[in-house]
Amino acid sequence: MCRVVDVRRAVLAKNDTLAGALREELAGRGTIVVNLLSSPGSGKTALLERVLAHTSARGVPTAALTADLATEHDARRLARSGVPVRQVLTGGLCHLEAAQLRAHLEGWLPAGTRVLYVENVGNLVCPASYDLGETLRITLMSVTEGEDKPLKYPTAFGLAHLVVLTKTDLERAVGFDRAAFVRNVTGVNPGVEIAETSARSGEGVESLVDRVLAVVRGAAVHRPAMAAAAHAVAHANTHGPDGDHALPLGDPAGRLP
Amino acid sequence: MHELSIAEAIVERAAETARLHGGGRVTAVRVTVGELAGVVPDALRFSFEVARVGTALETARLVVRDVPARARCAPCGGEFAVGSPPSMWCPRCDGLSRELLGGRELEVTAIELEEASG
Ligand SMILES: [Zn+2]
Repeated sequence: MCRVVDVRRAVLAKNDTLAGALREELAGRGTIVVNLLSSPGSGKTALLERVLAHTSARGVPTAALTADLATEHDARRLARSGVPVRQVLTGGLCHLEAAQLRAHLEGWLPAGTRVLYVENVGNLVCPASYDLGETLRITLMSVTEGEDKPLKYPTAFGLAHLVVLTKTDLERAVGFDRAAFVRNVTGVNPGVEIAETSARSGEGVESLVDRVLAVVRGAAVHRPAMAAAAHAVAHANTHGPDGDHALPLGDPAGRLP
Repeated sequence: MHELSIAEAIVERAAETARLHGGGRVTAVRVTVGELAGVVPDALRFSFEVARVGTALETARLVVRDVPARARCAPCGGEFAVGSPPSMWCPRCDGLSRELLGGRELEVTAIELEEASG
């Protein structure tokens, strides 16, 4: 004989709770986290180097933490901007989790930091599932990765507060179809803004920094449809007798509080 | 492959629930995985077999219920399958839906416990 115990709990609830607590704690210290997701080769490090320099040149205390597997080379490049940079090793793990980030910040994050950029591990699959306590989540890709990329990595693009297109100086050379790209991004994340940048020419960097600083000053961020759906699920509690007919689909009562 | 982390979280959650209910052997864990949860079901099944070793779930089955992603279109009022690759563009009127009705689920819904005999 056996009996069934209803659990109904989000698998990642523990990380989500820790992330929420970290977000609050950092907010109390005046810091926001910007979580950067991308594939290797997106040009994220080159762009971040420029973004760090611009953010800090505007007198905003800035720091960066990089979990990119690559090498310490990345961290050295980022450190050229003059802001505090920390390289962390994930021990082969494909993503960062909130508890790890918290541990890495302890005793390192300089007091008074307003923006902490976190360069997540370089892939668009695993990091998408883990909230790090960020206020702004940015998913980046370069024009060389092709306009179909958002369809191949729907959760990374679908949960982004802002999508950043990099290496736009190569757009014509690689025959990037911008209209299709916009339609694909919008199809997985209705209403999300797309920022176009080129680390080589510097185009779009100032305007990207403007967006980040607006969030530092308290501007609202985009709310992705996918994030709202996940929240609705976490709050749904209607289910059938054996749990298999539990269909928390579209429960209007499960909206964000 | 973050499915291993996810499988570990499932095992942890299930083992904790089992302890709260008398600590019997877990014979099955039921999970719900949405089409847009960012989890590959086969990778999850494989990872579960690794994660359960040495726990109260050593011999437990993993029962996965897949949930398709669906959206509602405000312009025409229709509901449609978001599909794969996913698109929130309505196939009927080409309007853009902003309302995902389901498909992001990633939940442990129930565990089955072996009753102590006697
Ligand atoms: Zn429609």
